[in-house]
Amino acid sequence: MITVIINGATRQFQQSINLATLIEEMGLAGKRIALERNGEIVPRSTYANQQLSDGDKLEIVVAVGGG
Amino acid sequence: MNDKLIIAGKSYSSRLLVGTGKYKDFAETKAAIETSGAEIITIAIRRSNIGQNPDEPSLLEILPPSKYTLLPNTAGCYTADDAVRTLRLARELLDGHSLVKLEVLGDPQSLYPNVIETIAAAKTLVAEGFQVMVYTSDDPIVAKQLEDIGCVAIMPLASLIGSGMGILNPWNLQLIMERVQVPVIVDAGVGTASDAAIAMELGCHGVLMNTAIAAAKNPVLMASAMKKGVEAGREAFLAGRMPKKLYSASPSSPTAGIIASARS
Repeated sequence: MITVIINGATRQFQQSINLATLIEEMGLAGKRIALERNGEIVPRSTYANQQLSDGDKLEIVVAVGGG
Repeated sequence: MNDKLIIAGKSYSSRLLVGTGKYKDFAETKAAIETSGAEIITIAIRRSNIGQNPDEPSLLEILPPSKYTLLPNTAGCYTADDAVRTLRLARELLDGHSLVKLEVLGDPQSLYPNVIETIAAAKTLVAEGFQVMVYTSDDPIVAKQLEDIGCVAIMPLASLIGSGMGILNPWNLQLIMERVQVPVIVDAGVGTASDAAIAMELGCHGVLMNTAIAAAKNPVLMASAMKKGVEAGREAFLAGRMPKKLYSASPSSPTAGIIASARS
């Protein structure tokens, strides 16, 4: 079991998954998003090669209206 | 008239920059922005689970990067660190796009800029290759420092964000324009078309606004008014206004050839 924090909310997974699988599970596959892991940008092209680790803090963002 | 706004080497025909927040829906956002004629539009970066319905189109489908120059902002950031992280995310989100709007706020009541954090963030972002358009106070010394750091546009407030109070200190805007070479764009405080015209008549290179259009009773009509206000103010600035002459009236019609009085 691993515990990660995604956009401020705690989530638990039975086993480590890669970021591409996580994005798909969250319904964000194919959407224009950006992802930061423990304060560092994760390039979109590397999602499939990166495994979630216990204690990871993720921020996943999109563009919204703003001034 | 070949009068272009040039920011970081790219030229724009419109001197009106608009935000995309506070509209009732995407249809209204799109209509208002198209009517405004703006080419540069600001967007915000937020967590994917905030206000998102997976089936809804995204903002970038309504306002595609192929049609507009998107200007991701750091609205809501109160530290240099958060602002820098937000814009790194924006650059990843927009495939390496480097033109950004930096704003670091001081407190949530006034939304007044924290210039110390703003300067710190600007240094980091410029070093990382970002082209930084920076929201700041109307302090001419700070404006010059931000230019020296390498910001590509200085964007002083005219009055508080979302206040619609108009141009409260035209003298400071002029002091800024005398000191910096990069474009000076009034950002925040414009309430109506005459405010935009006044900013442009002062010699500002552009005006950035959101609430003045989005919070109007008829946003699309106000977008049209703002487009005209900015254009009218710019043309008046280029035309060069007549000097003001107190107590020295000058008639517009000829003084010779006036018919004589019939009563003598």
